[in-house]
Amino acid sequence: MQATTIAHGGTRMRTWAIVLLLSLLLVLCAVYSITVGRYDIAMWDVWLILWDNVIPDQAPAWTPLQADVVEVIRLPRILAALLIGAGLAMSGAALQGLFRNPLIDPSIIGVTSGAAFGGTLAILVVGGGYPVLGAAFAFGIGSLLVVKCLASVKGRTSTLTLVLAGVIVSAFFGSAISIVKLLADPHQKLPAITYWLMGSIAATNYRDLALMALAIVPPSIMIFLLRYQINILSLGEDKARALGSPIEIVQWTIFAAVSFISAGVVATSGIVGWVGLIIPHMARTLVGPDHGRLLPMSALIGAIYLLLVDDIARTATVAELPIGIITSLIGVPFFALILRRTQSRSGWAND
Amino acid sequence: MIEVANLSVTLSDKSILENYSLSVAPGGVLAILGANGVGKTTLLNCIVGLCRPSAGTASSRGRIGYVPQLFHSRFAFSVLDIVLMGRARQIGLFGAPRAKDYTVAQKYLGLMKVGHLRDRPFNELSGGQRQLVMIAQALSSECDILILDEPCSALDYKNQSIVIDTLRELNSTMGLTIVFSTHAPQHGLEIATHVLLMKDLSRYEHGTVEDVLTAENLSTLYDVAIAKAAFTRGGKFTFAPYFEH
Repeated sequence: MQATTIAHGGTRMRTWAIVLLLSLLLVLCAVYSITVGRYDIAMWDVWLILWDNVIPDQAPAWTPLQADVVEVIRLPRILAALLIGAGLAMSGAALQGLFRNPLIDPSIIGVTSGAAFGGTLAILVVGGGYPVLGAAFAFGIGSLLVVKCLASVKGRTSTLTLVLAGVIVSAFFGSAISIVKLLADPHQKLPAITYWLMGSIAATNYRDLALMALAIVPPSIMIFLLRYQINILSLGEDKARALGSPIEIVQWTIFAAVSFISAGVVATSGIVGWVGLIIPHMARTLVGPDHGRLLPMSALIGAIYLLLVDDIARTATVAELPIGIITSLIGVPFFALILRRTQSRSGWAND
Repeated sequence: MIEVANLSVTLSDKSILENYSLSVAPGGVLAILGANGVGKTTLLNCIVGLCRPSAGTASSRGRIGYVPQLFHSRFAFSVLDIVLMGRARQIGLFGAPRAKDYTVAQKYLGLMKVGHLRDRPFNELSGGQRQLVMIAQALSSECDILILDEPCSALDYKNQSIVIDTLRELNSTMGLTIVFSTHAPQHGLEIATHVLLMKDLSRYEHGTVEDVLTAENLSTLYDVAIAKAAFTRGGKFTFAPYFEH
Protein backbone atom coordinates (compact mmCIF):
# COMPACT_ATOMS: atom_id res chain seq x y z
CA MET A 1 0.00 0.00 0.00
CA GLN A 2 2.77 2.37 0.96
CA ALA A 3 4.58 1.59 -2.28
CA THR A 4 1.44 2.42 -4.28
CA THR A 5 1.03 5.70 -2.46
CA ILE A 6 4.65 6.55 -3.19
CA ALA A 7 4.32 5.57 -6.87
CA HIS A 8 1.11 7.56 -7.17
CA GLY A 9 2.73 10.45 -5.27
CA GLY A 10 5.69 10.30 -7.69
CA THR A 11 3.39 10.68 -10.70
CA ARG A 12 1.61 13.54 -9.00
CA MET A 13 4.90 15.30 -8.18
CA ARG A 14 6.07 14.92 -11.76
CA THR A 15 2.77 16.28 -13.08
CA TRP A 16 2.92 19.27 -10.73
CA ALA A 17 6.52 19.96 -11.76
CA ILE A 18 5.51 19.95 -15.44
CA VAL A 19 2.45 22.13 -14.73
CA LEU A 20 4.61 24.62 -12.83
CA LEU A 21 7.22 24.79 -15.59
CA LEU A 22 4.62 25.19 -18.33
CA SER A 23 2.74 27.83 -16.33
CA LEU A 24 5.95 29.84 -16.02
CA LEU A 25 6.58 29.38 -19.73
CA LEU A 26 3.01 30.52 -20.43
CA VAL A 27 3.44 33.75 -18.45
CA LEU A 28 6.80 34.44 -20.12
CA CYS A 29 5.36 33.74 -23.58
CA ALA A 30 2.35 35.96 -22.86
CA VAL A 31 4.48 38.90 -21.76
CA TYR A 32 6.92 38.33 -24.63
CA SER A 33 3.99 38.20 -27.07
CA ILE A 34 2.86 41.62 -25.90
CA THR A 35 6.26 43.02 -26.95
CA VAL A 36 5.97 41.48 -30.43
CA GLY A 37 4.62 43.65 -33.23
CA ARG A 38 5.37 46.61 -35.40
CA TYR A 39 5.48 49.00 -32.45
CA ASP A 40 8.49 48.11 -30.29
CA ILE A 41 7.96 47.90 -26.56
CA ALA A 42 10.53 46.52 -24.13
CA MET A 43 9.51 43.57 -21.95
CA TRP A 44 10.23 45.54 -18.79
CA ASP A 45 7.89 48.32 -19.90
CA VAL A 46 5.17 45.72 -20.51
CA TRP A 47 5.59 44.44 -16.94
CA LEU A 48 5.42 48.00 -15.61
CA ILE A 49 2.32 48.88 -17.65
CA LEU A 50 0.53 45.73 -16.51
CA TRP A 51 1.68 46.14 -12.89
CA ASP A 52 0.29 49.69 -12.95
CA ASN A 53 -3.19 48.12 -12.94
CA VAL A 54 -2.43 46.56 -9.54
CA ILE A 55 -0.48 49.42 -7.92
CA PRO A 56 -0.77 52.64 -9.93
CA ASP A 57 2.55 54.34 -10.66
CA GLN A 58 2.49 58.09 -9.86
CA ALA A 59 5.25 58.91 -12.36
CA PRO A 60 4.94 56.46 -15.26
CA ALA A 61 8.02 55.93 -17.41
CA TRP A 62 5.98 54.97 -20.44
CA THR A 63 3.93 56.97 -22.91
CA PRO A 64 0.10 56.78 -23.13
CA LEU A 65 0.56 55.36 -26.64
CA GLN A 66 2.65 52.50 -25.27
CA ALA A 67 0.00 51.83 -22.63
CA ASP A 68 -2.70 51.76 -25.31
CA VAL A 69 -0.72 49.37 -27.51
CA VAL A 70 -0.21 47.03 -24.56
CA GLU A 71 -3.63 47.18 -22.93
CA VAL A 72 -6.06 48.03 -25.72
CA ILE A 73 -4.51 46.43 -28.80
CA ARG A 74 -2.26 43.57 -27.77
CA LEU A 75 -3.51 42.29 -24.41
CA PRO A 76 -7.01 41.31 -25.65
CA ARG A 77 -5.61 39.32 -28.57
CA ILE A 78 -3.05 37.65 -26.27
CA LEU A 79 -5.82 36.64 -23.89
CA ALA A 80 -7.93 35.51 -26.87
CA ALA A 81 -5.06 33.31 -28.08
CA LEU A 82 -4.77 31.81 -24.58
CA LEU A 83 -8.50 31.12 -24.35
CA ILE A 84 -8.84 29.68 -27.86
CA GLY A 85 -5.72 27.53 -27.58
CA ALA A 86 -6.71 26.15 -24.19
CA GLY A 87 -10.37 25.59 -25.13
CA LEU A 88 -9.69 23.87 -28.45
CA ALA A 89 -6.95 21.67 -26.97
CA MET A 90 -9.18 20.58 -24.10
CA SER A 91 -12.02 19.89 -26.55
CA GLY A 92 -9.72 17.74 -28.69
CA ALA A 93 -8.39 15.81 -25.70
CA ALA A 94 -11.93 15.12 -24.45
CA LEU A 95 -13.18 14.01 -27.88
CA GLN A 96 -10.15 11.79 -28.54
CA GLY A 97 -10.80 10.07 -25.22
CA LEU A 98 -14.52 9.77 -25.87
CA PHE A 99 -14.06 8.41 -29.41
CA ARG A 100 -11.00 6.36 -28.43
CA ASN A 101 -9.31 7.77 -31.50
CA PRO A 102 -6.23 10.00 -31.63
CA LEU A 103 -7.07 11.42 -35.05
CA ILE A 104 -10.16 13.34 -34.03
CA ASP A 105 -10.61 17.01 -33.32
CA PRO A 106 -13.60 19.25 -32.58
CA SER A 107 -14.39 19.79 -36.26
CA ILE A 108 -15.38 16.12 -36.60
CA ILE A 109 -18.79 16.60 -35.02
CA GLY A 110 -19.84 19.15 -37.64
CA VAL A 111 -20.07 22.15 -35.34
CA THR A 112 -17.17 24.06 -36.91
CA SER A 113 -18.70 23.86 -40.40
CA GLY A 114 -22.14 24.78 -39.09
CA ALA A 115 -20.76 27.82 -37.27
CA ALA A 116 -18.67 28.78 -40.32
CA PHE A 117 -21.79 28.70 -42.50
CA GLY A 118 -23.73 30.83 -39.99
CA GLY A 119 -20.95 33.42 -39.99
CA THR A 120 -20.59 33.55 -43.78
CA LEU A 121 -24.35 33.85 -44.19
CA ALA A 122 -24.42 36.75 -41.76
CA ILE A 123 -21.56 38.50 -43.58
CA LEU A 124 -23.45 38.04 -46.86
CA VAL A 125 -26.76 39.32 -45.53
CA VAL A 126 -25.77 41.94 -42.95
CA GLY A 127 -22.08 42.56 -43.49
CA GLY A 128 -20.52 42.00 -40.08
CA GLY A 129 -20.68 42.77 -36.36
CA TYR A 130 -22.85 40.98 -33.81
CA PRO A 131 -25.05 39.17 -36.36
CA VAL A 132 -21.93 37.23 -37.44
CA LEU A 133 -21.31 36.19 -33.84
CA GLY A 134 -24.94 35.27 -33.24
CA ALA A 135 -25.44 33.39 -36.51
CA ALA A 136 -22.16 31.46 -36.19
CA PHE A 137 -23.00 30.44 -32.66
CA ALA A 138 -26.62 29.55 -33.49
CA PHE A 139 -25.70 27.46 -36.54
CA GLY A 140 -22.87 25.77 -34.60
CA ILE A 141 -25.21 24.62 -31.84
CA GLY A 142 -27.93 23.87 -34.41
CA SER A 143 -25.61 21.56 -36.30
CA LEU A 144 -24.95 19.66 -33.06
CA LEU A 145 -28.69 19.08 -32.70
CA VAL A 146 -28.88 17.83 -36.31
CA VAL A 147 -25.94 15.51 -35.68
CA LYS A 148 -27.66 14.23 -32.54
CA CYS A 149 -30.88 13.50 -34.44
CA LEU A 150 -29.01 11.74 -37.25
CA ALA A 151 -26.81 9.70 -34.93
CA SER A 152 -29.30 8.55 -32.31
CA VAL A 153 -31.08 5.29 -32.97
CA LYS A 154 -33.57 4.15 -30.32
CA GLY A 155 -32.07 6.58 -27.82
CA ARG A 156 -28.54 5.29 -28.20
CA THR A 157 -25.67 6.80 -30.12
CA SER A 158 -22.77 4.78 -31.44
CA THR A 159 -19.43 6.43 -32.04
CA LEU A 160 -19.37 5.43 -35.69
CA THR A 161 -22.81 6.82 -36.52
CA LEU A 162 -21.88 10.01 -34.71
CA VAL A 163 -18.71 10.49 -36.75
CA LEU A 164 -20.63 9.75 -39.95
CA ALA A 165 -23.37 12.18 -38.96
CA GLY A 166 -20.65 14.78 -38.33
CA VAL A 167 -19.17 14.11 -41.78
CA ILE A 168 -22.61 14.47 -43.39
CA VAL A 169 -23.35 17.75 -41.62
CA SER A 170 -19.84 19.08 -42.39
CA ALA A 171 -20.20 18.19 -46.06
CA PHE A 172 -23.60 19.88 -46.22
CA PHE A 173 -22.41 23.10 -44.63
CA GLY A 174 -19.23 22.99 -46.74
CA SER A 175 -21.38 23.11 -49.86
CA ALA A 176 -23.63 25.76 -48.36
CA ILE A 177 -20.57 27.94 -47.66
CA SER A 178 -19.53 27.56 -51.32
CA ILE A 179 -22.99 28.75 -52.41
CA VAL A 180 -22.77 31.77 -50.09
CA LYS A 181 -19.31 32.59 -51.52
CA LEU A 182 -20.70 32.29 -55.03
CA LEU A 183 -23.49 34.73 -54.20
CA ALA A 184 -21.21 37.19 -52.40
CA ASP A 185 -20.09 40.46 -53.96
CA PRO A 186 -16.56 39.60 -55.20
CA HIS A 187 -15.09 43.00 -54.30
CA GLN A 188 -16.28 43.47 -50.74
CA LYS A 189 -18.10 40.58 -49.15
CA LEU A 190 -16.20 37.66 -50.70
CA PRO A 191 -12.80 38.86 -49.39
CA ALA A 192 -14.41 39.51 -45.98
CA ILE A 193 -15.86 35.99 -45.90
CA THR A 194 -12.62 34.39 -47.07
CA TYR A 195 -10.51 36.29 -44.55
CA TRP A 196 -12.96 35.58 -41.72
CA LEU A 197 -12.97 31.85 -42.54
CA MET A 198 -9.17 31.73 -42.35
CA GLY A 199 -9.32 32.62 -38.69
CA SER A 200 -7.90 35.70 -37.07
CA ILE A 201 -7.80 37.32 -33.65
CA ALA A 202 -6.21 40.53 -34.89
CA ALA A 203 -9.21 42.73 -34.20
CA THR A 204 -10.19 41.24 -30.84
CA ASN A 205 -11.40 43.77 -28.30
CA TYR A 206 -12.47 43.29 -24.69
CA ARG A 207 -16.10 42.87 -25.69
CA ASP A 208 -15.19 40.01 -28.03
CA LEU A 209 -12.98 38.61 -25.32
CA ALA A 210 -15.84 38.60 -22.81
CA LEU A 211 -18.07 36.73 -25.30
CA MET A 212 -15.26 34.30 -26.04
CA ALA A 213 -14.68 33.68 -22.33
CA LEU A 214 -18.39 33.08 -21.86
CA ALA A 215 -18.41 30.46 -24.63
CA ILE A 216 -15.12 28.79 -23.64
CA VAL A 217 -14.59 28.92 -19.87
CA PRO A 218 -17.77 27.34 -18.43
CA PRO A 219 -17.75 24.43 -20.97
CA SER A 220 -14.04 23.85 -20.28
CA ILE A 221 -14.77 23.62 -16.56
CA MET A 222 -17.58 21.17 -17.34
CA ILE A 223 -15.23 19.03 -19.44
CA PHE A 224 -12.67 19.00 -16.62
CA LEU A 225 -15.32 17.96 -14.09
CA LEU A 226 -16.10 14.94 -16.28
CA ARG A 227 -12.41 13.96 -16.51
CA TYR A 228 -12.81 10.63 -14.76
CA GLN A 229 -15.90 9.69 -16.77
CA ILE A 230 -13.92 10.36 -19.97
CA ASN A 231 -11.30 7.88 -18.72
CA ILE A 232 -14.01 5.28 -18.27
CA LEU A 233 -15.59 5.98 -21.66
CA SER A 234 -12.19 5.64 -23.30
CA LEU A 235 -12.40 1.92 -22.42
CA GLY A 236 -15.35 1.58 -24.81
CA GLU A 237 -19.06 2.26 -24.56
CA ASP A 238 -20.13 -1.23 -23.48
CA LYS A 239 -17.41 -1.47 -20.88
CA ALA A 240 -18.28 1.99 -19.55
CA ARG A 241 -21.98 1.10 -19.40
CA ALA A 242 -21.18 -2.13 -17.57
CA LEU A 243 -19.07 -0.18 -15.07
CA GLY A 244 -22.11 1.96 -14.30
CA SER A 245 -21.11 5.12 -16.15
CA PRO A 246 -24.09 7.20 -17.36
CA ILE A 247 -22.59 7.29 -20.84
CA GLU A 248 -25.37 9.15 -22.69
CA ILE A 249 -25.21 11.99 -20.16
CA VAL A 250 -21.42 12.13 -20.32
CA GLN A 251 -21.29 11.92 -24.14
CA TRP A 252 -23.83 14.64 -24.75
CA THR A 253 -22.51 16.93 -22.03
CA ILE A 254 -19.07 16.69 -23.63
CA PHE A 255 -20.50 17.23 -27.14
CA ALA A 256 -22.48 20.23 -25.96
CA ALA A 257 -19.43 21.66 -24.17
CA VAL A 258 -17.19 21.09 -27.21
CA SER A 259 -19.86 22.62 -29.47
CA PHE A 260 -20.07 25.74 -27.31
CA ILE A 261 -16.30 26.11 -27.40
CA SER A 262 -16.00 25.47 -31.17
CA ALA A 263 -18.96 27.68 -32.03
CA GLY A 264 -17.61 30.40 -29.73
CA VAL A 265 -14.19 30.25 -31.38
CA VAL A 266 -15.57 30.30 -34.93
CA ALA A 267 -18.03 33.06 -34.08
CA THR A 268 -15.36 35.37 -32.67
CA SER A 269 -12.26 34.34 -34.63
CA GLY A 270 -13.15 32.20 -37.67
CA ILE A 271 -11.81 28.68 -38.20
CA VAL A 272 -8.73 27.82 -36.17
CA GLY A 273 -8.13 24.20 -37.08
CA TRP A 274 -5.84 21.38 -35.95
CA VAL A 275 -5.13 22.71 -32.44
CA GLY A 276 -7.49 20.16 -30.91
CA LEU A 277 -5.84 17.37 -32.82
CA ILE A 278 -2.14 17.89 -32.23
CA ILE A 279 -1.94 19.39 -28.74
CA PRO A 280 -3.50 16.43 -26.85
CA HIS A 281 -0.80 14.23 -28.40
CA MET A 282 1.96 16.38 -26.99
CA ALA A 283 0.21 16.45 -23.61
CA ARG A 284 -0.29 12.68 -23.61
CA THR A 285 3.42 12.05 -24.10
CA LEU A 286 4.13 14.24 -21.05
CA VAL A 287 1.52 13.05 -18.54
CA GLY A 288 -0.07 9.88 -19.95
CA PRO A 289 -3.70 9.15 -20.82
CA ASP A 290 -5.40 9.98 -17.49
CA HIS A 291 -7.72 12.88 -18.34
CA GLY A 292 -7.38 14.31 -14.83
CA ARG A 293 -3.85 15.27 -15.86
CA LEU A 294 -4.27 15.31 -19.63
CA LEU A 295 -7.00 17.98 -19.80
CA PRO A 296 -5.19 20.71 -17.81
CA MET A 297 -1.94 19.84 -19.55
CA SER A 298 -3.60 20.14 -22.97
CA ALA A 299 -5.07 23.50 -21.96
CA LEU A 300 -1.66 24.81 -20.92
CA ILE A 301 0.18 23.58 -24.02
CA GLY A 302 -2.69 24.70 -26.28
CA ALA A 303 -2.54 28.21 -24.82
CA ILE A 304 1.25 28.43 -25.28
CA TYR A 305 0.99 27.01 -28.80
CA LEU A 306 -1.60 29.51 -29.99
CA LEU A 307 0.32 32.38 -28.41
CA LEU A 308 3.38 31.40 -30.43
CA VAL A 309 1.28 30.88 -33.58
CA ASP A 310 -0.16 34.36 -33.11
CA ASP A 311 3.37 35.77 -32.71
CA ILE A 312 4.31 34.17 -36.04
CA ALA A 313 1.09 35.54 -37.60
CA ARG A 314 2.07 39.03 -36.55
CA THR A 315 5.72 38.94 -37.51
CA ALA A 316 6.25 36.47 -40.38
CA THR A 317 5.27 38.85 -43.17
CA VAL A 318 4.59 42.54 -43.60
CA ALA A 319 0.86 41.91 -43.76
CA GLU A 320 -0.57 39.92 -40.87
CA LEU A 321 -1.26 36.23 -41.60
CA PRO A 322 -4.54 34.62 -40.49
CA ILE A 323 -3.72 32.19 -37.63
CA GLY A 324 -5.93 29.50 -39.18
CA ILE A 325 -3.44 29.23 -42.06
CA ILE A 326 -0.50 28.77 -39.70
CA THR A 327 -2.25 26.20 -37.50
CA SER A 328 -3.07 24.23 -40.68
CA LEU A 329 0.49 24.52 -42.00
CA ILE A 330 1.83 23.10 -38.73
CA GLY A 331 -1.07 20.72 -38.11
CA VAL A 332 -1.12 18.87 -41.42
CA PRO A 333 2.46 17.49 -41.33
CA PHE A 334 2.02 16.74 -37.63
CA PHE A 335 -1.16 14.81 -38.45
CA ALA A 336 0.69 12.86 -41.15
CA LEU A 337 3.39 12.02 -38.62
CA ILE A 338 0.85 10.77 -36.07
CA LEU A 339 -0.87 8.73 -38.78
CA ARG A 340 2.44 7.08 -39.73
CA ARG A 341 3.27 6.34 -36.11
CA THR A 342 -0.15 4.92 -35.30
CA GLN A 343 -0.03 2.72 -38.40
CA SER A 344 3.31 1.24 -37.38
CA ARG A 345 2.36 0.74 -33.73
CA SER A 346 -0.12 -1.90 -32.61
CA GLY A 347 -3.28 -0.76 -30.91
CA TRP A 348 -4.82 1.98 -33.00
CA ALA A 349 -4.04 0.45 -36.35
CA ASN A 350 -5.63 -2.85 -35.44
CA ASP A 351 -9.11 -1.45 -35.02
CA MET B 1 -29.90 -13.60 -7.48
CA ILE B 2 -30.44 -13.56 -11.24
CA GLU B 3 -33.82 -14.13 -12.87
CA VAL B 4 -34.26 -14.50 -16.61
CA ALA B 5 -37.92 -14.89 -17.60
CA ASN B 6 -39.18 -15.65 -21.13
CA LEU B 7 -36.30 -13.65 -22.58
CA SER B 8 -36.27 -12.97 -26.31
CA VAL B 9 -33.77 -10.81 -28.14
CA THR B 10 -33.96 -9.53 -31.70
CA LEU B 11 -31.02 -7.66 -33.20
CA SER B 12 -31.33 -6.00 -36.62
CA ASP B 13 -34.54 -7.95 -37.33
CA LYS B 14 -32.75 -11.22 -36.59
CA SER B 15 -33.94 -13.34 -33.73
CA ILE B 16 -31.01 -14.21 -31.44
CA LEU B 17 -32.76 -15.69 -28.40
CA GLU B 18 -36.35 -16.87 -27.95
CA ASN B 19 -38.10 -17.53 -24.69
CA TYR B 20 -35.16 -18.27 -22.40
CA SER B 21 -35.92 -18.70 -18.72
CA LEU B 22 -33.48 -19.51 -15.94
CA SER B 23 -32.43 -18.39 -12.49
CA VAL B 24 -29.23 -18.36 -10.50
CA ALA B 25 -29.49 -18.46 -6.70
CA PRO B 26 -27.25 -16.26 -4.53
CA GLY B 27 -23.84 -17.91 -4.24
CA GLY B 28 -24.51 -20.14 -7.24
CA VAL B 29 -22.15 -20.63 -10.14
CA LEU B 30 -23.62 -21.00 -13.62
CA ALA B 31 -21.53 -22.13 -16.59
CA ILE B 32 -22.96 -21.37 -20.03
CA LEU B 33 -21.92 -23.57 -22.93
CA GLY B 34 -22.94 -23.50 -26.55
CA ALA B 35 -21.63 -23.38 -30.07
CA ASN B 36 -20.13 -20.21 -31.51
CA GLY B 37 -22.79 -17.64 -32.39
CA VAL B 38 -25.56 -19.31 -30.39
CA GLY B 39 -26.11 -16.19 -28.27
CA LYS B 40 -24.04 -16.70 -25.11
CA THR B 41 -22.66 -13.16 -25.15
CA THR B 42 -26.11 -11.74 -25.96
CA LEU B 43 -27.60 -13.55 -22.96
CA LEU B 44 -24.81 -12.26 -20.69
CA ASN B 45 -25.23 -8.75 -22.12
CA CYS B 46 -28.94 -8.86 -21.29
CA ILE B 47 -28.17 -9.84 -17.69
CA VAL B 48 -25.57 -7.07 -17.43
CA GLY B 49 -27.97 -4.56 -19.01
CA LEU B 50 -25.99 -3.93 -22.19
CA CYS B 51 -28.64 -5.42 -24.43
CA ARG B 52 -32.37 -4.71 -24.44
CA PRO B 53 -34.67 -7.74 -24.61
CA SER B 54 -37.39 -7.60 -27.26
CA ALA B 55 -39.60 -9.60 -24.88
CA GLY B 56 -39.32 -10.97 -21.37
CA THR B 57 -36.96 -9.77 -18.66
CA ALA B 58 -33.48 -10.32 -17.30
CA SER B 59 -33.15 -8.97 -13.78
CA SER B 60 -30.71 -9.27 -10.95
CA ARG B 61 -30.74 -8.49 -7.26
CA GLY B 62 -27.30 -7.21 -6.38
CA ARG B 63 -24.51 -5.25 -8.03
CA ILE B 64 -23.00 -6.79 -11.15
CA GLY B 65 -19.33 -6.80 -12.02
CA TYR B 66 -18.67 -7.62 -15.68
CA VAL B 67 -15.51 -9.05 -17.22
CA PRO B 68 -15.64 -8.98 -21.04
CA GLN B 69 -13.66 -11.24 -23.37
CA LEU B 70 -9.94 -10.54 -23.56
CA PHE B 71 -9.83 -6.77 -23.07
CA HIS B 72 -7.51 -4.27 -24.71
CA SER B 73 -7.33 -0.59 -23.79
CA ARG B 74 -6.79 1.99 -26.54
CA PHE B 75 -4.78 4.22 -24.22
CA ALA B 76 -1.72 3.29 -22.21
CA PHE B 77 -3.45 3.22 -18.83
CA SER B 78 -1.60 1.61 -15.95
CA VAL B 79 -2.99 -1.49 -14.26
CA LEU B 80 -3.94 0.62 -11.24
CA ASP B 81 -5.80 3.12 -13.47
CA ILE B 82 -7.77 0.26 -15.02
CA VAL B 83 -8.74 -1.25 -11.67
CA LEU B 84 -9.70 2.18 -10.28
CA MET B 85 -12.23 2.51 -13.09
CA GLY B 86 -14.16 -0.28 -11.40
CA ARG B 87 -15.05 2.36 -8.81
CA ALA B 88 -17.13 4.34 -11.34
CA ARG B 89 -20.37 3.98 -9.37
CA GLN B 90 -18.79 5.07 -6.09
CA ILE B 91 -16.87 7.97 -7.65
CA GLY B 92 -19.90 9.52 -9.35
CA LEU B 93 -20.37 11.79 -12.36
CA PHE B 94 -18.08 14.69 -11.44
CA GLY B 95 -15.76 12.94 -9.00
CA ALA B 96 -12.24 11.53 -9.17
CA PRO B 97 -10.70 8.62 -7.24
CA ARG B 98 -9.98 9.32 -3.57
CA ALA B 99 -7.81 7.58 -1.01
CA LYS B 100 -10.51 4.98 -0.27
CA ASP B 101 -10.81 4.08 -3.94
CA TYR B 102 -7.05 3.55 -4.15
CA THR B 103 -7.22 1.35 -1.05
CA VAL B 104 -10.02 -0.81 -2.49
CA ALA B 105 -8.30 -1.12 -5.90
CA GLN B 106 -5.04 -2.13 -4.25
CA LYS B 107 -6.86 -4.65 -2.05
CA TYR B 108 -8.35 -6.49 -5.02
CA LEU B 109 -5.15 -6.30 -7.06
CA GLY B 110 -3.53 -8.05 -4.10
CA LEU B 111 -6.33 -10.58 -3.86
CA MET B 112 -5.85 -11.44 -7.54
CA LYS B 113 -2.11 -11.73 -6.85
CA VAL B 114 -1.24 -9.05 -9.40
CA GLY B 115 -0.45 -6.23 -6.95
CA HIS B 116 3.16 -6.11 -8.19
CA LEU B 117 1.92 -5.15 -11.68
CA ARG B 118 0.02 -2.02 -10.58
CA ASP B 119 2.27 0.52 -12.33
CA ARG B 120 2.77 -1.50 -15.51
CA PRO B 121 0.91 -0.51 -18.71
CA PHE B 122 -2.17 -2.74 -18.85
CA ASN B 123 -1.73 -3.56 -22.55
CA GLU B 124 1.74 -5.01 -21.96
CA LEU B 125 0.45 -7.76 -19.65
CA SER B 126 -0.08 -11.36 -20.72
CA GLY B 127 -3.63 -12.54 -21.44
CA GLY B 128 -3.90 -14.31 -18.08
CA GLN B 129 -2.62 -11.30 -16.15
CA ARG B 130 -5.07 -9.05 -18.00
CA GLN B 131 -7.99 -11.31 -17.07
CA LEU B 132 -6.96 -11.22 -13.41
CA VAL B 133 -6.71 -7.42 -13.58
CA MET B 134 -10.18 -7.21 -15.17
CA ILE B 135 -11.56 -9.45 -12.40
CA ALA B 136 -9.90 -7.09 -9.88
CA GLN B 137 -11.62 -4.20 -11.67
CA ALA B 138 -15.02 -5.92 -11.44
CA LEU B 139 -14.45 -6.72 -7.74
CA SER B 140 -13.45 -3.10 -7.05
CA SER B 141 -17.02 -2.15 -7.87
CA GLU B 142 -17.92 -4.15 -4.72
CA CYS B 143 -20.18 -6.39 -6.74
CA ASP B 144 -22.24 -9.33 -5.51
CA ILE B 145 -22.50 -10.95 -8.93
CA LEU B 146 -19.59 -11.59 -11.27
CA ILE B 147 -20.34 -12.12 -14.94
CA LEU B 148 -17.55 -13.26 -17.21
CA ASP B 149 -17.68 -13.69 -20.98
CA GLU B 150 -15.35 -16.56 -21.90
CA PRO B 151 -12.81 -15.65 -19.23
CA CYS B 152 -10.42 -18.37 -20.37
CA SER B 153 -10.59 -17.95 -24.12
CA ALA B 154 -7.13 -17.35 -25.61
CA LEU B 155 -5.46 -18.43 -22.36
CA ASP B 156 -2.99 -21.31 -22.04
CA TYR B 157 -3.70 -24.14 -19.56
CA LYS B 158 -1.67 -22.58 -16.77
CA ASN B 159 -3.51 -19.26 -17.04
CA GLN B 160 -6.87 -21.07 -17.35
CA SER B 161 -6.06 -22.88 -14.12
CA ILE B 162 -5.22 -19.58 -12.37
CA VAL B 163 -8.48 -17.92 -13.50
CA ILE B 164 -10.65 -20.94 -12.62
CA ASP B 165 -8.98 -21.33 -9.19
CA THR B 166 -9.51 -17.63 -8.58
CA LEU B 167 -13.22 -17.86 -9.42
CA ARG B 168 -13.62 -20.88 -7.14
CA GLU B 169 -11.97 -18.99 -4.30
CA LEU B 170 -14.09 -15.88 -4.83
CA ASN B 171 -17.23 -18.02 -4.76
CA SER B 172 -16.29 -19.90 -1.62
CA THR B 173 -14.73 -17.07 0.42
CA MET B 174 -16.80 -14.07 -0.65
CA GLY B 175 -19.99 -15.89 -1.61
CA LEU B 176 -20.03 -14.25 -5.04
CA THR B 177 -22.64 -15.39 -7.51
CA ILE B 178 -20.80 -16.20 -10.73
CA VAL B 179 -22.06 -16.60 -14.29
CA PHE B 180 -19.57 -17.35 -17.03
CA SER B 181 -19.56 -18.61 -20.59
CA THR B 182 -16.99 -21.10 -21.78
CA HIS B 183 -16.13 -23.59 -24.50
CA ALA B 184 -14.46 -25.96 -22.03
CA PRO B 185 -16.87 -28.29 -20.18
CA GLN B 186 -14.02 -28.90 -17.73
CA HIS B 187 -14.46 -25.36 -16.39
CA GLY B 188 -18.08 -26.17 -15.58
CA LEU B 189 -17.07 -29.40 -13.87
CA GLU B 190 -14.48 -27.58 -11.78
CA ILE B 191 -16.51 -24.73 -10.33
CA ALA B 192 -20.13 -24.61 -11.53
CA THR B 193 -23.18 -25.62 -9.51
CA HIS B 194 -25.44 -25.26 -12.54
CA VAL B 195 -25.02 -25.43 -16.29
CA LEU B 196 -26.90 -23.89 -19.20
CA LEU B 197 -26.44 -25.65 -22.52
CA MET B 198 -27.59 -23.35 -25.33
CA LYS B 199 -28.56 -25.51 -28.30
CA ASP B 200 -30.09 -22.90 -30.57
CA LEU B 201 -32.12 -19.72 -30.35
CA SER B 202 -35.00 -21.32 -28.47
CA ARG B 203 -33.77 -24.73 -27.24
CA TYR B 204 -31.64 -25.01 -24.15
CA GLU B 205 -31.05 -27.21 -21.17
CA HIS B 206 -30.61 -25.80 -17.69
CA GLY B 207 -29.95 -27.74 -14.51
CA THR B 208 -27.33 -28.97 -12.07
CA VAL B 209 -23.90 -29.97 -13.32
CA GLU B 210 -24.61 -33.64 -12.55
CA ASP B 211 -27.87 -33.67 -14.50
CA VAL B 212 -26.96 -31.58 -17.52
CA LEU B 213 -23.22 -31.81 -18.11
CA THR B 214 -23.13 -35.27 -19.64
CA ALA B 215 -21.18 -36.69 -22.59
CA GLU B 216 -24.44 -37.34 -24.41
CA ASN B 217 -25.71 -33.76 -24.03
CA LEU B 218 -22.35 -32.32 -25.04
CA SER B 219 -22.17 -34.56 -28.12
CA THR B 220 -25.58 -33.30 -29.22
CA LEU B 221 -24.69 -29.71 -28.37
CA TYR B 222 -21.49 -29.56 -30.41
CA ASP B 223 -22.41 -32.23 -32.99
CA VAL B 224 -19.12 -33.98 -32.26
CA ALA B 225 -18.61 -37.31 -30.50
CA ILE B 226 -17.63 -36.51 -26.91
CA ALA B 227 -16.65 -39.10 -24.33
CA LYS B 228 -16.26 -38.95 -20.57
CA ALA B 229 -12.60 -39.55 -19.69
CA ALA B 230 -11.42 -40.31 -16.15
CA PHE B 231 -8.10 -39.14 -14.75
CA THR B 232 -5.95 -41.82 -13.16
CA ARG B 233 -5.77 -39.91 -9.89
CA GLY B 234 -8.05 -37.73 -7.80
CA GLY B 235 -11.30 -39.31 -8.97
CA LYS B 236 -11.77 -36.47 -11.45
CA PHE B 237 -13.01 -36.74 -15.00
CA THR B 238 -13.23 -34.58 -18.06
CA PHE B 239 -14.87 -34.60 -21.48
CA ALA B 240 -12.79 -35.31 -24.57
CA PRO B 241 -13.95 -34.80 -28.17
CA TYR B 242 -13.32 -37.37 -30.87
CA PHE B 243 -12.63 -35.64 -34.17
CA GLU B 244 -13.65 -37.80 -37.13
CA HIS B 245 -11.81 -37.23 -40.38
